[in-house]
Amino acid sequence: MRPALDHAAQDLLRDLAPAVLGTLLRRYRDFAGCEDAVQEALIAAASQWPVQGVPDRPKGWLVTVATRRLTDQVRADTARRLREQLVVSLVPADEQIAFAADAEGVDERDETLDLYFTCCHPALSPASQVALTLRAVGGLTTAEIARAFLVPEATMAQRLSRAKQAIKAAGQGFPTPAPHDRRARLPAVLHVIYLIFSEGYAASSGDHVMRVELTAEAIRVARQLTLLLPEEAEVMGLLALMLLTDARRAARTGANGELIPLDEQDRSTWDRAAIREGEHLLQQALARGAAGPYQIQAAIAALHDEAPDTDETDWQQILVLYGLLRRMNDGPMVRLSEAIALAMVEGPAAGLAALDGLASDPRLTHHHRLDAARGHLLERAGDRHSAIAHFRRAAQRTTSTPERHYLLLHAARLGEAETCS
Amino acid sequence: MKYMLMMHTPGSGPFQIASWPANDIKAHIAFMMDFAKKLSAAGELAGAEGLAGPEQAKRVRAGEHGEPITDGVFPEAKEFLAGYWIVDVDTPERAYAIAAEASAAPGPGGAPLNLTIEVRQVMSGPPPDWKPDA
Repeated sequence: MRPALDHAAQDLLRDLAPAVLGTLLRRYRDFAGCEDAVQEALIAAASQWPVQGVPDRPKGWLVTVATRRLTDQVRADTARRLREQLVVSLVPADEQIAFAADAEGVDERDETLDLYFTCCHPALSPASQVALTLRAVGGLTTAEIARAFLVPEATMAQRLSRAKQAIKAAGQGFPTPAPHDRRARLPAVLHVIYLIFSEGYAASSGDHVMRVELTAEAIRVARQLTLLLPEEAEVMGLLALMLLTDARRAARTGANGELIPLDEQDRSTWDRAAIREGEHLLQQALARGAAGPYQIQAAIAALHDEAPDTDETDWQQILVLYGLLRRMNDGPMVRLSEAIALAMVEGPAAGLAALDGLASDPRLTHHHRLDAARGHLLERAGDRHSAIAHFRRAAQRTTSTPERHYLLLHAARLGEAETCS
Repeated sequence: MKYMLMMHTPGSGPFQIASWPANDIKAHIAFMMDFAKKLSAAGELAGAEGLAGPEQAKRVRAGEHGEPITDGVFPEAKEFLAGYWIVDVDTPERAYAIAAEASAAPGPGGAPLNLTIEVRQVMSGPPPDWKPDA
């Protein structure tokens, strides 16, 4: 067997990937070509470094190898065009790409940042933004991304290649966004990182032996982004939110992958180091002034993480935070969470009344979350019989296997408690 | 050769998992998880998916201009496809044995459900000895 890269070298490689691609892009513009070349350089490093050792200047090594691959590609393309069209007037390949190895004067930070923005280009579907970000910024291979999303590798390769075509078609060769554009495009980048995290979090109870941990990947990419944009409080807020949520991961599933709700989790298994880091980041972010939606959500997650149990949770504060969040980002799921927080503060009747008000929202009428929330509040109100009916209906409607198992089991246990009492 | 094993669950009767005691639901879930793990460890599992409940399922056909015309799946249907496994095995007998094991998944009181599992061979590429001119 070939020796493999150790973890430190793997991390180094993937941390360097976006900077290498940023450097190539500034020189050669061609996003699809550069991205392929960097991917090949990463693969070359993964096979050569374990044998030859990590080079002294790993980034320079990757830039050189990727540039060589790009040169070869341009030569091959040129040769093909010459053969096919008998056109001899093309600029020789060497002249097209013969730039100094390390041209100066361009802020490397901006190059790398622009890469994030390109991957989250509005012309792309969310699925494509996610895939391209994982490959170009995260340095994952197409095969790894395909496995993470449980799709065939050919499908993922096609999705990536279409995404690159779409960027080209949108006329986004690689213009440098003005500073105010960067700021305007940041929410799209944060959203994509959060999508990656949520995908990983939802799947974290499934069979993940073969899967790249998408939650860890999202946290890594966000961590890098905080280094690039230390002045942006929402980037820190997002990182804090993910750390504070992921800290509960070990406690949230049972032996057979069934979900365990917050109030039944073994809080001693929560990751205290992740919670401390998340809280520290959140404090730093909040100190900068006006809090954004990620910071608010991180603050809610922190209140849960700090509490010894559900009853001692500061629901009053959580209710206030959900109200703030609703005013920034109104949506049915925020209102649903607010209704549950209200029930914890004022009692289940108040929460159920708030849920009644939401039921006419067409996005919620047939949503399993509404049934599940009603089930929980009815259970708290002591109406087991109605609670069971709502849990069962939620189980029929959910599309998540672990959640279905949890809802079925919870309804069954309630039913047994009802016959016993 | 590959086989698709399709698990159909009756729309009514004993296979209404929601009405089982919690311990029986747990045993059923554990059986299914274990079953998939065993197939995977044996190198026989090529794919498996469970399907969401039939409540939101639709039947679709193209209308006059190719537009989708949707129709609800009728809840009185006798059976629903609940999920499938694709196994890669050497003989059809092995596929039947795997299907029988799935069929015996535990139900209420731990008794085997003996569900019907439909076993269909998956079409493959041309056989290696195929000679079009022969």
